[in-house]
Parts: sequence; C-alpha cells; structure tokens
Amino acid sequence: MISESSLEKLKILAGAAKYDVSCASSGTKRSNTQGGIGNATAWGICHSFAEDGRCISLLKIMLSNYCIYDCAYCYNRKSNDIPRTSFTPDEIANLTIEFYRRNYIEGLFLSSGVLINPDHTMERMVSVAKKLRTEHRYNGYIHLKAIPGASQQLISDAGRWADRLSVNIEIPTENNLKILAPDKNFKSILEPMKMISTGILESKEERKSHRNAPLFSPSGQSTQLIIGATNDTDHTILKLSSALYTRRDLKRVYYSGYIPINNYDSRLPTVSTPPLRREHRLYQADWLMRFYGFRSNEIVSVENPNLDLELDPKVTWALRNPQLFPVDINTADPLMLLRIPGIGTKSVQLILMARKHNRLNSSHLKKMGVVMKRAQFFITCNELRSQNIQDLKPEIVRQLLLDKKSLGSDAAVQLKLFYPMMSVLK
Amino acid sequence: MNIFTFDNTFEGLLTLVFECYSRKQFPDEILSGEGSQSVLFASTTEIVTDDRKAERVWKGIIKHSSEDNAHRIYRVFLSGLPDTPLVLLKYIRLVIESTKNEETNFSLPVVVEVNKLHQKVCREAQRIHMFTRFQKTVEGSYYASYAPMYDVLPLCIPHFRDRFADQSWIIYDLKRNYGFLYDLKTVSRVIFDDLKVNTQNGQLHTSLLADDEKLFQSLWRQYFKSICIEERRNDKVHCQFLPKRFWKYLPEKGVP
Repeated sequence: MISESSLEKLKILAGAAKYDVSCASSGTKRSNTQGGIGNATAWGICHSFAEDGRCISLLKIMLSNYCIYDCAYCYNRKSNDIPRTSFTPDEIANLTIEFYRRNYIEGLFLSSGVLINPDHTMERMVSVAKKLRTEHRYNGYIHLKAIPGASQQLISDAGRWADRLSVNIEIPTENNLKILAPDKNFKSILEPMKMISTGILESKEERKSHRNAPLFSPSGQSTQLIIGATNDTDHTILKLSSALYTRRDLKRVYYSGYIPINNYDSRLPTVSTPPLRREHRLYQADWLMRFYGFRSNEIVSVENPNLDLELDPKVTWALRNPQLFPVDINTADPLMLLRIPGIGTKSVQLILMARKHNRLNSSHLKKMGVVMKRAQFFITCNELRSQNIQDLKPEIVRQLLLDKKSLGSDAAVQLKLFYPMMSVLK
Repeated sequence: MNIFTFDNTFEGLLTLVFECYSRKQFPDEILSGEGSQSVLFASTTEIVTDDRKAERVWKGIIKHSSEDNAHRIYRVFLSGLPDTPLVLLKYIRLVIESTKNEETNFSLPVVVEVNKLHQKVCREAQRIHMFTRFQKTVEGSYYASYAPMYDVLPLCIPHFRDRFADQSWIIYDLKRNYGFLYDLKTVSRVIFDDLKVNTQNGQLHTSLLADDEKLFQSLWRQYFKSICIEERRNDKVHCQFLPKRFWKYLPEKGVP
C-alpha cells in the first residue's frame, strides 16, 4: 500500500509538520519484547541532521493537513491555498515500521490538522499508535500530539500507547491567543494538559504498588511556544514555562522562533527572518531553570523583562550580582559552582571529583573543559589571583566579554539545542 | 632504547603490562607485531599473548580502580591509534601503583588524555548507532556497511541485537574487512571475501536488493528534503553534526 504515489503525500505532510520543533526521543527506557521489534533508549538517538541543522530522530509527520481552524500563525490554516492530503492510519504505521527497520528513525511523532472535530482526529491518531504496538509489536518511540478539545477517554487511550504526549500552547498569553486563533482558547489547551499530567501521576503511583500496572505517557509531556509572533516579553514566557515545569511537571517546553509564513495577515508582525538569537537565549534560560537551579525571576524580572541578546543569561545574571563573586573553585558548594559563567554541568562533575585529589588551578580547569575566557572573572583557584569582577566592576567585564567575537555565534546556538547528551556506553 | 612488540590485541596489551612487571623493564616504545620493522640500535622484545596473564592484569585493574575503568581502558584500546598502547601502559601503571583510586583525578594529564580518547571512541560508536542504514535484501534480511574511524563495531552490536531482534542483519566494517551477522538467534563475527558491495557507498548490488528497497530510499530522501525549514538553513551546523565522511553511505545525502 506504500507506493510511488506515497512520495507526493509524504512531501506534503512532512512539509506541513516541520514547524513542530520537538524531536526528542529520550526519556523512556523500553526494552524489546519477545518476537517484537524496537526499543527506546533512555538517551535518545539522532539519525540524521536536516540542512537547517536540526536533528532528525523521529518520523515527524501529519496524519492530515486538512484543518477546520484558521489560526493566523499556522501554515496549515483553513484559508491558506495549499495542496491538502491525508495518510490512512495503516499507511503511517507501515511507513514507520519500514523506516524503523532500516534504522532511519528512532520512532514516530504524529500530529494532525483537525478533521471534522477534535475527537474524530484524535481517534485516528490513537489508532495508529495502537496498530504499531499491537499488530506490529513495535516497542520504539511514539510521540502523539493531543488535539485541544479531545475527550478524556481518547487522551487516556493515547497515553496508554504513546511514550510522550504534547499539547502546543503556541501563544503565551490568552489575550493574544484570542486575537490570533479565534477558534481556540486557553481552556481547551490547558484541559488536556491537566488530564495528561494527572494520568502520568496516577500511573506512577499505581506502578509503585503493582510493578506491571500500565504505563501512561512514560516519557512525560511537552509543549511548544511561538516566539516573536506576539508582543509577549521573555518575562511572560519564562514565567509560563516555569509554572509548567513545576505545576504541570512538563518534561520540555520548546520555543519556536516565528517564521513569517502568513505575511498577508495584518495581525502578525512583519519580519523577514525568524528571531533565532532570541530563541537561543530562551533555550539557555530554560536550561538554567532545569539543570542549574535558577528560578525564572532571577533570570528576568519586571524591571528587566527581556533577555540580553548579546550575552548569555548566566553571564548577565552574574553581572547583576557581583557581590557573590569571585567563587573559590576548591571549596565552593556544587550549586554555586553551577552558577559560574563558563562552567557547565559536566565541568562541575569533573571539578567535584578532581578536587578530592588535588587543589585545582586554572590549567587543570582548562583541561577539564571550563571556558576560562568567561570563568576567569568570576573565580579564584590555587594560584595568584587574577583580576576578577570585584577589581574590574561589572561594566568593564561586560565590555571584555563582548569583545571576544566568538561569544554567542549562531553556530554554537544549535550545537547545544539539538544534540542530546552523549552519555552513551557508560 | 627499549621496544616491545605485541600482536595488537587487547589481551596482548594486558600481557605486555604483565611482562613489564615480571621483567622489571618498561618499554620506551610499543609497536604492533605486523608491519613493525626491526629498529637499529634498539633492543626489541616480542611479547607472546597469554590469556592467563592478561586475565590477572584485568582483575588487577578492577581491584585498584573499578570495573567501569577496566572497560574504559578496553574502549580506549579500540581507538587503534599508534600512541594508544603507550598511553594505556602509563595509565594502567598509575592505576595499579597508586594506593587510592586515581581514575577521577583529572588534574593528572594522563587521566585527562585517556578520558579524551575514551570520549572520541564512544562518539564514533554513537555515530554508528545514528548513521547505520540498513538495505533490505531479496531474501528479507538487512545489510549495512561503512568504514568507521575506530574499531567500534563490537561496542555497537548489543544495541542492534536488542533493537532489531526480529530481523536478521549484517553490519560490515569495510575498512577492517570484517563484520557481524545476526541470524535471529546469535551474533557471529564474519569475514566475506566476495562481498557484492560497492565500497564507494556501501550499497549492495541491485540484484541483491528487495523490490521495494529503492522506493523506501527515495521516500526517506523526500522526507529529509521536506523536513528542512529553508528560512533557518544552517550548513555549518549541518556539516558539523553530519560529518562528510558518512555522506556517501547515507541515502539522504549520497546514494543516488
């Protein structure tokens, strides 16, 4: 049933799905079953990299690009005159298996335009996942998009077969959402998110008492926010992300720089290129919240509502708080080490291990991968002290850091974003 | 100058370490047996691999550091670089002769060097997980080949055996001319003399391919093209993550 004619459908439906940023395939460890195919590894594997530098680990595709909605920011909106088509659930399942067997992909990321109504669409999507798990005995990764407005029953079916569910918020504030997507409201988005997080919690609880209780979206849920399509500040955006991480227990919030696709719509800003730099800074801020113990209000605040595009958020935080520096590498506690610019999670681990053996100096730090051109102003170690932020004042340090051309180049941008941790082969 | 030669196997290297201690003599250089020429004005000692001696050194490493560290040494050995045996000898001496476990002492240059090499080997193994592309054959089995920078195939096999447990497959290293075959039950090491493979792109001869193989390759090529957002094109990052030396083996980049 997959034939030459599928080529054209694939072209349309992959092209329609490409604006979804998520491509993570990590977070679940599912082993293969007897006589089955596939497994999911905890760290996820990228299988290729598109020419825009983004990793390709999943077959990211839409079941259909017909849609009853007319959201201003969406390429697939009803009023756009584009070729429309649909795959059948069987076609998607077959394509996934054939790609998977050739090691092209790590799994499936299925989304869809809204056909007829949310429940009808969600039902077809769930049937793909069910087919893969039962008929094809497939144990690889599945990510399903939950359609806003779908019923509780369908969401819980979806969670049973999928590794991850996501509902895209897209627009960070309700007011702007009303303007750009009159058919949607916050409630229809936040309801399914709540159902998913409850489902995940319940399943986790049950599995504590019964080891074989069914999994529910074991790799958690994620969402996506469009950046730059509205006038929302970074403060608003990060406050929302932070609330989602803490209250809804989300695994990831993705930020997608607005790509000017529907330029004719006057509700949207006129820009020529996507705001890649801002997107990158938001991801850095997001990393700080998830892995470095920062709170959102330390990174941005009402007084400083937007991130500094020229310097990364950790440096700007350090420059605003000079009284905390310099930090002694040989005695500081791990949480403070994490807050030093130029030192990442990996370096902190190495420092903690190495300082049990010796007192460390700057050449040790350099070899461990610490970025000394940034860190030098914020640390003391086992050698004569160099000029640090106390001697130089924050404004001068800022200038010195900006002079180094290599800081914040766009190549480094995607390096961090799209390459998952290489903790392979322990 | 003192030169030791060995048979370029991991057991050989461990035996060499054993011999160093029993002869109380440490080499200035280590050469692998094949292709090493006798050097003027130097005494050459040939080490004969002995599994029992190797086993003792292996256990010694575990005793003085950890099992993780012993496996790390093995993976670093697979890098096959000319300096590796000497670096590893130095590292194993450090581990064995220290009173406490030095494997995490990153202020010592040899510890940093071994960990860097380890990272390189693991990265290459990871790339094999990523960039292996199976071709379906007429008889329904799957074939893939390429030429990895280091001898990492043995590290990748458990992953493929688990993931593709219900299909038979062959993964072949064209550079070192050996591979692994899985027949739905066990994995065995194989060497083919008359492989019908185009060594330029790792593709099997068309007569050996399943009917729909070319169709799925072109579907994958189409997918790869459609998923790229032109407005965000970034060739630099693209090439950084998808090293050019793999392109010829990938349907989406090389194979026409």
